[in-house]
Amino acid sequence: MWRRTALSLGRRQLQGGPRGHANQVPPASFRMSHKRPARRILGVEKNIWLEFTEMAAKYKSVDLGQGFPNFSPPDFVRQAFSDVVSGEDCLMHQYTRAFGHPTLVKILAKLYGQLLGQSIDPFGDILVTVGAYEALFTAFQALVDEGDEVIIIEPFFDCYEPMVKMAGGHCVFVPLRPKGTPDKPALSSGEWALDPDELASKFTERTKAIVLNTPHNPLGKVFKREELQVIAELCVKHDVLCISDEVYEWIVFDGNEHIKIASLPGMWAQTVTIGSAGKTFSATGWKEAVARGFQRELDVLGRPESYLFQLPRQLQEKRNRLVECLLSVGMRPIIPEGGYFLIVDISALNVELPEPADEEEPYDYRFAKWLIKTKGMATIPVSAFYSLGHRKDFASYIRLCYVKEDSTLEAAEKILKEWHLTK
Amino acid sequence: MPSAINPQLLIRQYIKLFHSKKNLPGVKSSYCNLLVTVKGIQFTSVAADPSIVNLGQGFPDIPPPDYIKEALAKAASVDRLNQYTRSFGHPSLVKALAQLYGKVCNREIDPQKEILVSTGAYGCLFSTIQGLIEEGDEVIIIEPFYDCYVPMIKMAGAHPVLIPLTLKRTKDDSISSAHWVLDPEELASKFSSRTKAIIINNPNNPLGKVFTKEELQEIADLCIKHDTLCISDEVYEWLVYNGRKHTKIGMLSGMWDRTITIGSAGKTFGVTGWKLGWAIGPEHLMKHLQTVHQNALYTCPTPLQEAVAQGIWRELSLLNQPECYFNCLAKLLEEKRDQMARFVLAAGMKPIIPEGGYFMVIDVSGLNQDLSHMQDDEPYDYKFVQWMTKEKKLAAIPVSAFTGEKSKNIFEKYIRFCFIKQDSTLQAAEEILKNWNKISH
Repeated sequence: MWRRTALSLGRRQLQGGPRGHANQVPPASFRMSHKRPARRILGVEKNIWLEFTEMAAKYKSVDLGQGFPNFSPPDFVRQAFSDVVSGEDCLMHQYTRAFGHPTLVKILAKLYGQLLGQSIDPFGDILVTVGAYEALFTAFQALVDEGDEVIIIEPFFDCYEPMVKMAGGHCVFVPLRPKGTPDKPALSSGEWALDPDELASKFTERTKAIVLNTPHNPLGKVFKREELQVIAELCVKHDVLCISDEVYEWIVFDGNEHIKIASLPGMWAQTVTIGSAGKTFSATGWKEAVARGFQRELDVLGRPESYLFQLPRQLQEKRNRLVECLLSVGMRPIIPEGGYFLIVDISALNVELPEPADEEEPYDYRFAKWLIKTKGMATIPVSAFYSLGHRKDFASYIRLCYVKEDSTLEAAEKILKEWHLTK
Repeated sequence: MPSAINPQLLIRQYIKLFHSKKNLPGVKSSYCNLLVTVKGIQFTSVAADPSIVNLGQGFPDIPPPDYIKEALAKAASVDRLNQYTRSFGHPSLVKALAQLYGKVCNREIDPQKEILVSTGAYGCLFSTIQGLIEEGDEVIIIEPFYDCYVPMIKMAGAHPVLIPLTLKRTKDDSISSAHWVLDPEELASKFSSRTKAIIINNPNNPLGKVFTKEELQEIADLCIKHDTLCISDEVYEWLVYNGRKHTKIGMLSGMWDRTITIGSAGKTFGVTGWKLGWAIGPEHLMKHLQTVHQNALYTCPTPLQEAVAQGIWRELSLLNQPECYFNCLAKLLEEKRDQMARFVLAAGMKPIIPEGGYFMVIDVSGLNQDLSHMQDDEPYDYKFVQWMTKEKKLAAIPVSAFTGEKSKNIFEKYIRFCFIKQDSTLQAAEEILKNWNKISH
């Protein structure tokens, strides 16, 4: 069905050249040094999370930067974990089935089968990995070949680009743009959209896949059915895969509906949908799920006692709280429809920043660093979610995570209010 | 799950299914991998069928130490420990590892720059190979080898160059893994200008060989001469018997700068399902493993890392003392090894007594089991294991699964048993072997 499925090793060996980036074959003496890394990792060494989590820790700031909750996961999941760990069955501490623990894949098949209205084979249609991160890595490694193009929607969760590059693929970017005017600026993530013609123009005969992230990080956009339809039609027309990162699928506000692109006509057979136990059960450090947690949720799906019913409502309140505070101090947040994050336009603040150490460093990076050092608040610059060539155009937003316990949000409010008073 | 399980039929079906779904040329999964990992059906069919005594898969059915399970339960009760931790390894874990291996290696190890924690030793091997092995490189592998090395090298576009351990002539009655050696000239001939690395597994799976310092020195000399890397898979480092000593090739002169040493929490603490391992090496190499890791899975589960850290701190304080779990486990396993060797010998099979690890390789050719009625194109040991699983209700792994094509004829008379099993399992195996000749063939 797709032109190429997996790695074609024979072809790669025949080609003999570097993958995707450098055009030069290094001289023989350099090549044979034991210190030489593989060329597939050149150009993917930098990582925003390493840089900013170190800074946040160093300056002991109120951390609204990296996306993890600092409140507890729900009791029933912690109890399930505790029961399994301390239980009599010592085989629970040993290897399980490679592609996913049987109890887990069965419950995932049941839950997602229900959501998609589709029969899912637990042993053929599901893979359990170390976080959505590894699911993405596996998808790119298995499905993207050298020279393939992969369409990525900007802003994007930063790992997509290096993963495509490591697979020897070539990234093609298409931006979400705020559909506002100076009089009526775009105030919600719903008003950021793709231009259908621009999107269509990105599909070529070399396009292997498009990466979709809904609800979206960092914007919080929840793609509507019509928007997904446009993407789906292009995928079907051009015989292109869709890799759909849906880790925030349960965190949707204001009555918005999360729609799975795999449920659209023609899309099941060409979509890989990715989910996360860490984001579902607010336990990002687990990177693995407890099947009992999902079983419980399936039993109470849609009911008030369901964690997945309560969680978005709790997070919506937190979102609202942070938005109110930002507005009250004259800042301009983009209201997210879902997810863990919101972005804030910092351009009107006119903050005078110290001279940059690196002239190439975008404004929002400098702002975010200044904010940590002088105000003790950690955030993430949004241009980190853009390709290098586009960073300068989108360097006036910072990303805040509101999935934090109340004391953290209070501390953030205090910082923002004090700052406002000194202006 | 069918009520009447025919393991032989299942094995055939799943080999066929698994091979047909793999469209990576040359990356066929070995039988060993199949039994451990494919589709769950074979694993669950053999493991779930209580009438089959499973000495195949390499994991303990004895419980892990209580304190490590308690450490995990405790870690998960702390909110912060349920969220993301440092990408290259949870701080308390990398510090503990730096202390432990600093002591063992008698050198100072930088926890931030010289250690990576990944998803099992598997994850470390993957990051090492993806980070350091280039298309067209050659990598030397010693047979029999843990089966994941070859597919990982092929995935990196490189060429595996195989060299077998062979049995040297001996007057000794009993064969041990020490009798299996590399031919130094043959080894030297495998190094070329394209050789990027050699992978060694010490103690070796499946043989249980514990390489002597002299043997490691020969390998080290060649690495230095040809400026190659050494990837040293030492997951069974704590499990050595008969007073043998585990030597780290990374400690030999000139080797630290070119060696990545890999360890495993699963094998160290008997918790293979936790899938945590570590790679240790010089900064100029480790940074490349870290680059792969940050782009592949970013970080490993936090509570597991915290629990393993607690385990290591505890063992560090007891190192070389009888209460140290590493010593307790080795002592326990040496007894199980000896028990198994006795009942295997009594059944007319010839064990290769392992110096380390938790597997025993056994020569079954003396039984003269006629398997001519079975499929022709499979190696003898594959057929033997299928027949033994079905007829004797005893599961093992065929050793030619751990070799390249050319060496299959050397190894196809051997099967592998795992002895890190509880007493009832070993007793059941002993019963089967005692009665072996009582049932007509």
